[in-house]
Amino acid sequence: MSATGQTLKAAVELKGRSLWVDARARLLRNRAAVTGIVILAAITALALLAPLLSSYAYDEVNYDIITCAPGWWPWHAACTAPGHLFGTDAVGRDLFVRVLYGARVSLAVGLVATLVSLLIGVLYGATAGYLGGRIDGLMMRIVDVLYSLPFVFFVIILMVVFDRNFFLLFIAIGAVEWLTMARIVRGQTLSLKHKEFIEAARAGGVSPFAIITRHIVPNVVGPVMVYVTLTVPGVILTESFLSFLGLGIQEPLTSWGVLISDGADQMETAPWMLLFPALFMAVTLFCFNFIGDGLRDALDPKDR
Amino acid sequence: MIGFALRRFLGAIPTLFVIVTLAFFMMRAAPGGPFDGERKLPPEVERNIKAAYNLDKPLGEQYLIYLGKVAQGDLGPSYKNKDFTVVRLIATGLPVSARLGLCAMALALLLGTLLGVMAALKQNHWEDYSVMGIAMLGITIPTFVTAPILTLLFGIYLGWLPVGGWSGGALPNMVLPVTVLALPQIAIVARMMRGSMVEVLRANYIRTARAKGLPATRIVLAHALRAAALPLVSYLGPALAAILTGSLVVENIFGLPGIGRYFIQGALNRDYTLVMGVVICYATLIILLNFLADIAYGILDPRVRLS
Repeated sequence: MSATGQTLKAAVELKGRSLWVDARARLLRNRAAVTGIVILAAITALALLAPLLSSYAYDEVNYDIITCAPGWWPWHAACTAPGHLFGTDAVGRDLFVRVLYGARVSLAVGLVATLVSLLIGVLYGATAGYLGGRIDGLMMRIVDVLYSLPFVFFVIILMVVFDRNFFLLFIAIGAVEWLTMARIVRGQTLSLKHKEFIEAARAGGVSPFAIITRHIVPNVVGPVMVYVTLTVPGVILTESFLSFLGLGIQEPLTSWGVLISDGADQMETAPWMLLFPALFMAVTLFCFNFIGDGLRDALDPKDR
Repeated sequence: MIGFALRRFLGAIPTLFVIVTLAFFMMRAAPGGPFDGERKLPPEVERNIKAAYNLDKPLGEQYLIYLGKVAQGDLGPSYKNKDFTVVRLIATGLPVSARLGLCAMALALLLGTLLGVMAALKQNHWEDYSVMGIAMLGITIPTFVTAPILTLLFGIYLGWLPVGGWSGGALPNMVLPVTVLALPQIAIVARMMRGSMVEVLRANYIRTARAKGLPATRIVLAHALRAAALPLVSYLGPALAAILTGSLVVENIFGLPGIGRYFIQGALNRDYTLVMGVVICYATLIILLNFLADIAYGILDPRVRLS
């Protein structure tokens, strides 16, 4: 009797693991993903604490130390500036603090634009999938048409037309990235909408909008989260690409794209100007990719 | 088959229409006209210029005029490059860009397929892991990082290759730009090929081919590769889009006289007609290739035509 009771109790305790607990355990076992999270957290912390970490301001010009190598630079350089960890740029600004400020802009663009794409994509996809039929066909046809547009070029036109408006950049990139999100969410919604709990909600007289926002959207969080971690690096790349071409962030503000562009101009005399921002960006992109892969493995057991 | 091709072709037209419309209205929404220089023009001169470019007409009429001209293959005069029409600028830049892009595409398909098949055949061995690791690098690191770093390495430190310039498309001048353009595509193609090859190698007809004693090379080349390469066909369109985007960076870094460079210069100078013309040209290319890829897919895989 008591033995049966104990097994039952054990069974109940075992059953108490939700999908999310399971997923977190799987994610934490993935060494690449955990490393990615740790490094990314470190970079974010550095970016947030940038003003405290350096005694130089990001726009502090010093014409006495133009393109000077960091003090520890082992190769030949015309001059060194010992106080500057990453050396200085073409007008003597501290590169370390500029790389961290670049990280601020790049990460902020990544987050905000991804949120924009998340908002549009999830609502659009859930609506199309839930309503179904002809409306769904029309909505997805629009997505198909937009998909085949060379979108980067339209973002460039937007930046030209509106004179490199900072906030518009966020929104424009986000508005480009929502298409895949909409497709993913629609697919998930299609498979969800015939489940019993949706039928119950409909029978209870819940409005379609409430069903979409309260019942469908929370249930597509898993795949959406995976795609979000893969969208952020995409957005950072797009922003850097535009800034590299001189069509994104404007001086004295900076982003990794601007820094890499400046570095590419000076790479013969000052390779550190190219290497540090490029390194930071590449490491960040890698981290996001590893986290995304890890999340996918953790949340989607059938893929393993 | 002809019906299928016609359907796909008709599907491509609205896309092109959307592009022209979007480009036109976005440009017209810009605050300030193309002739707002540092110095204010006398009003009568400005009126004459505007009349010459049809800018004095209502927006709807301007749009219709532009549509009609685009349909006739006339993209208008360049606002900033005097005495040049946009079509002529594109015609001088296109051969350079096309040569660059085609070489990069060919390199990506060839090398990507080779690496992907190799990885699939050695699945979960060190060959597989190293190919996929390098592919991850190639996908993550953007062209505007690889281009300066490779130039620094091979152009400046080692001095093996020229750091820029076109010289009429001489081979040494092509190596770095084409490599930089192709790298991410090689990585993506290798990943795709590995995925589909792994799947195909598990199929029943491959087991049958093995069972009847065909040599391994024949199974891979004649049986597996043909089926595994199918997803590649539908990737051609996105690949071209990616290469065109990359060419903006590559042509600027290496100083090549292609349309990507005109586009960026046009964008920086607010040369609206040029920018619009290049976008339309790019979009047409992408839509055309997507269309051809669809047709090729329909021929190679008859199941597609029916659905």
